[in-house]
Amino acid sequence: MSSFQISRRGLLQGAASIALLSALPGAVHAQEAPQGGRLVVAADSEPRNLNPAIVASNAVFFISSKVIEPLAEAALDGEGALAPRLATSWEGAEDGLSVTFKLREGVTWHDGKPFTSADVAFSAMEVWKPLQNLGRIVFANLEGVDTPDDLTAVFRFSTPTPIQMIRNALPVVTSVLPKHLYEGTDIASNPANNAPVGTGPFKFAEHRPGEYYRLTRNDAYWGEGQPKLDEIIFRILPDRAAAASALEADEIQLAAFSQVPLVDLERISKVPGLKVVTEGYEALTYQLVVEINHRNKILADLKVRQAIAHAIDRDFVVATVFLGFAAPATGPVPQNAPEFYNPDVPEYAYDVDKANALLDEAGYPRGADGNRFQLRLLPAPFFSETRQFGDYLRQALADVGIDVTIVANDTPAHLKAVYADHDFDITVGSPVFRGDPAISTTILVQSGIADGVFFSNQGGYANAELDAIIAEAAETVDTEARTALYNDFQRIVAGDLPLINVAEWGFTTVASARVANVGNNPRWAVSNWADTGLLP
Amino acid sequence: MKRAWTLVRRRMVSSIPVLLIVVVGTFLLLEMASGDAVDAYLVSLGGGDAGLAQSLRESYGLDRSALARLWLYVSALARLDLGVSVAFNRPILDIILERLPNTLWLMGSATVLAFTLGTLLGIVAGAKPGGAADRALSVGSLALYAIPSFWLGLVLSLVFAVQLRWFPTAGIETIASGKTGLARALDIARHLVLPVAALGMIYLALFLRMMRAGMAEVWRQDFVLAARAKGLARRRIVLRHVARNALLPLVTMLGLQAATMLGGSVVIESVFAIPGFGRLAYEAVAARDAPLLMGIIVVSAVLVIVVNLLVDLAYAWLDPRVGAGEASS
Repeated sequence: MSSFQISRRGLLQGAASIALLSALPGAVHAQEAPQGGRLVVAADSEPRNLNPAIVASNAVFFISSKVIEPLAEAALDGEGALAPRLATSWEGAEDGLSVTFKLREGVTWHDGKPFTSADVAFSAMEVWKPLQNLGRIVFANLEGVDTPDDLTAVFRFSTPTPIQMIRNALPVVTSVLPKHLYEGTDIASNPANNAPVGTGPFKFAEHRPGEYYRLTRNDAYWGEGQPKLDEIIFRILPDRAAAASALEADEIQLAAFSQVPLVDLERISKVPGLKVVTEGYEALTYQLVVEINHRNKILADLKVRQAIAHAIDRDFVVATVFLGFAAPATGPVPQNAPEFYNPDVPEYAYDVDKANALLDEAGYPRGADGNRFQLRLLPAPFFSETRQFGDYLRQALADVGIDVTIVANDTPAHLKAVYADHDFDITVGSPVFRGDPAISTTILVQSGIADGVFFSNQGGYANAELDAIIAEAAETVDTEARTALYNDFQRIVAGDLPLINVAEWGFTTVASARVANVGNNPRWAVSNWADTGLLP
Repeated sequence: MKRAWTLVRRRMVSSIPVLLIVVVGTFLLLEMASGDAVDAYLVSLGGGDAGLAQSLRESYGLDRSALARLWLYVSALARLDLGVSVAFNRPILDIILERLPNTLWLMGSATVLAFTLGTLLGIVAGAKPGGAADRALSVGSLALYAIPSFWLGLVLSLVFAVQLRWFPTAGIETIASGKTGLARALDIARHLVLPVAALGMIYLALFLRMMRAGMAEVWRQDFVLAARAKGLARRRIVLRHVARNALLPLVTMLGLQAATMLGGSVVIESVFAIPGFGRLAYEAVAARDAPLLMGIIVVSAVLVIVVNLLVDLAYAWLDPRVGAGEASS
């Protein structure tokens, strides 16, 4: 198995050396794929709403990103690490009050109607801003969208809005819907939400519940010579072992999002005709985090939190829980967000003696049974890794005299306990970094968030200095100044430990060796697969 | 005939309180589970703000009290309206009717396999209790019975689908193949071989052991001695006298197993990715989709009641004494 390095920079170097070898200057390792073929892909869930403009989640994008396109997609290079899709350029005004998008010419919807700026304006004002889970944050201050002509859309904001954030949000929050199918209907219950009509390289053909989704080639796609495939089928395989068997039997050709579990990778990477690909998840980084309930007086003491941070052997976690398919974390922003990542923060080396000393200092000596105090740990059930890390954490904290009881819940029960009832001492969470701290990360530590909001600061942590930085960055238009504020943000979070970042991980794809161009952009699994092909 | 009708009528009347208990019990159990359908949905979005959760709860009626929701559900059910699924956003009856045939095929075939093969092997074993065939079959069936069905499913899939490639690894039919008629039926049959084997084998062992034990007992009865004294051929004694009399308890077992097999199919349907009833129930629990789960359980309860009714009818037909007393009382 090849060694795994979770960094965009590393990936870029790799791509560059391949480009040099093949003497194709500037080319990312794009393979020439033939036309035609049916790609069968494993899917483990059937989202009830396939509309990415309303539900911006990876499970929805996985299928619908091939049908409905955003204004721009994440890229390994290019301006702001973006590749143009429905927009060809974007420019923020100096005062941060408007952003102008130039749109692609000659694009048609799958039903033949032309795509225009009216579709973008409608999507932004009627769908992204009021209805979308992430758009509600990013476009909170969007006042209106002007459409001076069919190929220009000007977004107007009521307060200065950083172009950096808008840019980083483009791949995720800007899936454009056809106005002519949604206008004047109840958008949330429109039938097109389950049979999407878009501009993408593939058309939605059918959904057989419990069996598969079928997408077919869009012959009128704007990308030259694209798409390569005739058909993509997402086959519903809820059992992970079934996905691995189906790959080995060549009934499916691809399983993304680590649907083949890490423990099986070693074996399956040796099966002839299959390949394990770790690239293609750089912009989909998940973070393994110990979240803390600061209402607990013991945990409100910084020394105790520092002790917990020192008690965790991050390298061991990466090697054992993630079998090496992860990287140790230093702070709230992952290393493969090089635009923001600040390595210069307080670090907590694995040091049991220091942890013990800190706990003694904090005034919690070991009792007769060797324990200092007790904590209730609720590991999130979202991934087998979050549960396994929970088991590890219990042992690691036992070494420093903290007696941990694990409370295991299924997903709805876990969410209610942590985010609505605050009935926990520590939890193991897995937030996603969504390209910009303002979209995904500040909400984890900011104070004043209503009770019951999932994946937000529900631990009762409040830090006026941190809140001030978050508020300032939200309105700082200048990219450099804003980035500097987030450097401070990371330093403070790593120093005051409202939560403890342990590791960060992407996923793996297992594919037939015949599948070309797997993992060639940082959101590959949820991108449009226009250049994906099947070699004979 | 009159006897049969009386049986049917009595069963229909007694099934109403059973269904009511099932509905209220399921509702209370789900109510006790922490977290609701909106929690389960929002996690699939990766979170959402409080306003979104609130408006979703209102649109699903989850802001009302548990009692009000139970009353609404039961009164709708009385009108044979199963409601709309929260997780799938579709009428529950449609979803259930889509999935039910797959499960019925799976369960029906597995039952036929288990019953016929189990009985036949049971006769072989019971023909000469303590003989070599009996010993081998007893050990074999015990081993089979001890194997968890999911493991058997995985092993069968590994050997016959992945290694030998005789059968497909998963699914109910070849995806998007466009097959119709006989070709499609054969395709479905090919897909069902492994799951039916995995589900049926476990129950086969049960029937085999029951048949064998029943026959061992019958061998000791006086009429068998009489038959032997008459000088009947051994083959005739085994089939006409011993096996036939040992068969009756197996029919009872058949009815009881219908319910257990529904439970067993949850596992098999997940392992073989068959879009059936059992898997649907699992998905409904994970999504805290109370109306869907209750719909599934109500339909399952009806199914079990119907199977048991059929078993009773078969019994009445096999044994003239059954039902006669009830009809006159």
